[in-house]
Amino acid sequence: MANRKLGRGVAIVGAGMSKFGAFPDKTTRDLFVDAFRELCASVDKGVDPRDIEATYIGNCSSDLFEGQSHTAPLMTSWVGLAPRPATRVEDACASSGVALRQGILAIASGLYDLVLVGGIEKMTALPIEKVTDALGTAGDTLYEIPAGFTFPGFYAAMATAYLDRYDATPEILLRVGIKNHEHGALNDKAQFGQRIADIMAARKASAAKKGQPIPTWQDEMEFLRDDRANPLIAWPLRLFDCSPVSDGASALLLARADLATRFTDAPLYIIGSGQASDGGLADRAGLTTIPAARLAAQQAYAMARVQPTDIKVAEVHDCFTIAEILATEDVGFFAPGQGWRAAAEGVTARAGARPINTSGGLKAKGHPVGASGAAQVIEIWKQLRGQAGARQLPGDINLGLTHNVGGTGQTCVVHIFERKG
Amino acid sequence: MKDESRSFSSCILPPSALMGDAMSDNEFTNATYTKFLNEHKLMGTRSRADGRVYLPPRPIAPETQNAEMEWVELSGRGKLVAFTIVYVGTSAMIAAGYDRKNPYCVGVVELAEGPKISAQILGVDVLHPEQIKIGMPLQAKFVARGEGDAKKTFLAFEPQK
Repeated sequence: MANRKLGRGVAIVGAGMSKFGAFPDKTTRDLFVDAFRELCASVDKGVDPRDIEATYIGNCSSDLFEGQSHTAPLMTSWVGLAPRPATRVEDACASSGVALRQGILAIASGLYDLVLVGGIEKMTALPIEKVTDALGTAGDTLYEIPAGFTFPGFYAAMATAYLDRYDATPEILLRVGIKNHEHGALNDKAQFGQRIADIMAARKASAAKKGQPIPTWQDEMEFLRDDRANPLIAWPLRLFDCSPVSDGASALLLARADLATRFTDAPLYIIGSGQASDGGLADRAGLTTIPAARLAAQQAYAMARVQPTDIKVAEVHDCFTIAEILATEDVGFFAPGQGWRAAAEGVTARAGARPINTSGGLKAKGHPVGASGAAQVIEIWKQLRGQAGARQLPGDINLGLTHNVGGTGQTCVVHIFERKG
Repeated sequence: MKDESRSFSSCILPPSALMGDAMSDNEFTNATYTKFLNEHKLMGTRSRADGRVYLPPRPIAPETQNAEMEWVELSGRGKLVAFTIVYVGTSAMIAAGYDRKNPYCVGVVELAEGPKISAQILGVDVLHPEQIKIGMPLQAKFVARGEGDAKKTFLAFEPQK
């Protein structure tokens, strides 16, 4: 594989996001305005939005979710950026990770110096079966969806293949959910700002208040094993193995690297970018890894000239608990079959040696699909600049990685970021 | 990157490529696959160059870019590679009568001829998924759903008898 380089360096100089959750009174444009405002306020030395030359917005399916297509110019017009070019990027749940890559390429090509990258999705206006069908269009609607596959179903099938191959039990998946809820409880933008223990205690209190029998769960694992508290969605995945249906928006400001310090003394330099594609799930040689993720990660590491062991913090695509385990192996943090052990032993927790998804991940922060890729970068932006508040990692956190998957791995994009000095 | 570091492979697509199976006038499309399925035939495509078999039927071999394909009927025998029991199903499966109380099994099946395909798995105990074994031998089964013009044949698998 050729070691590809960007024609010009690119840095992130601003980042913002809406709160993630279910917002009946907000459409994507309202959420995008929230993200854009926070982005403008985040630029340390200020930015005049009129200097933004072009915008790339990741959006999976506003067409199906809210009956609105052609969303990129709508968003940019609403924040006053017309008539500058606005382009929508669609690669399912990797839409804004790929939009970021398009923004990088636009600056690296020499065409622009200052580019806005966004991500939007509004999913909660539809009933759950319509959401299932809308997300299903990111699979193969001729050969996968008619068979009965749903997105939880796809990842559940990967889980059965993984658990069988590595002789693990479904219980190990629950640990990932517990960990990401603990992280999300420290993130005021998260849809679920509660630990599983908090949810469990609240349910007990609610039962007591209503005069109902108080559930006897002794610990989080017992709660998560309870079919009533944590129903099966697609065996072996249960409700708390799945990221939620969410509304949200995210935004990043990209600048030509040699201009970055005009905006901030602490830019994040994008030193690695990789992207790969694949066919459907059944096309792959094995189902215990996502090949496009491995390829994208290899490209990003080669461009950045760093190793997996150099990375201090990573946000990976945990649309389901099994997906986080596969991701941590695919980006090279753990050997194949070792990811579940790392999760079970707390290695991937905030206090562990290899912190993963300090934001709460898609699981707890929320997963407005088109917004998630760029929102992952916002956590890296905060951690590398020491602005992550209660969830800030200790020490010199100077290198971060994002891993964003579309579908079951038909698209994967990986980026590596560095704070210098 | 310097230009001389970049090399390109040569590839010549014959004029007949993508034209379908000339003998039978069956294009390599989902419509043809579905037509065969309605006749209870599980048909894939086979590369004339190396004999490799594709299901879903592909018009171009991804490994070689070879586009000299022919239709081939598959045995329908295979084994289970991965599966799940779906409790919150697609609209189509809900319409077919499945729900939280009546979940269904869907999986990935590797056929004896090599390719893998997604399909519903029938004849297994969905309430005891721990008894469904990866690697178990399966046999294709053709399932009709819908009425009148909406009637369609779906590919499913069941344990080999």
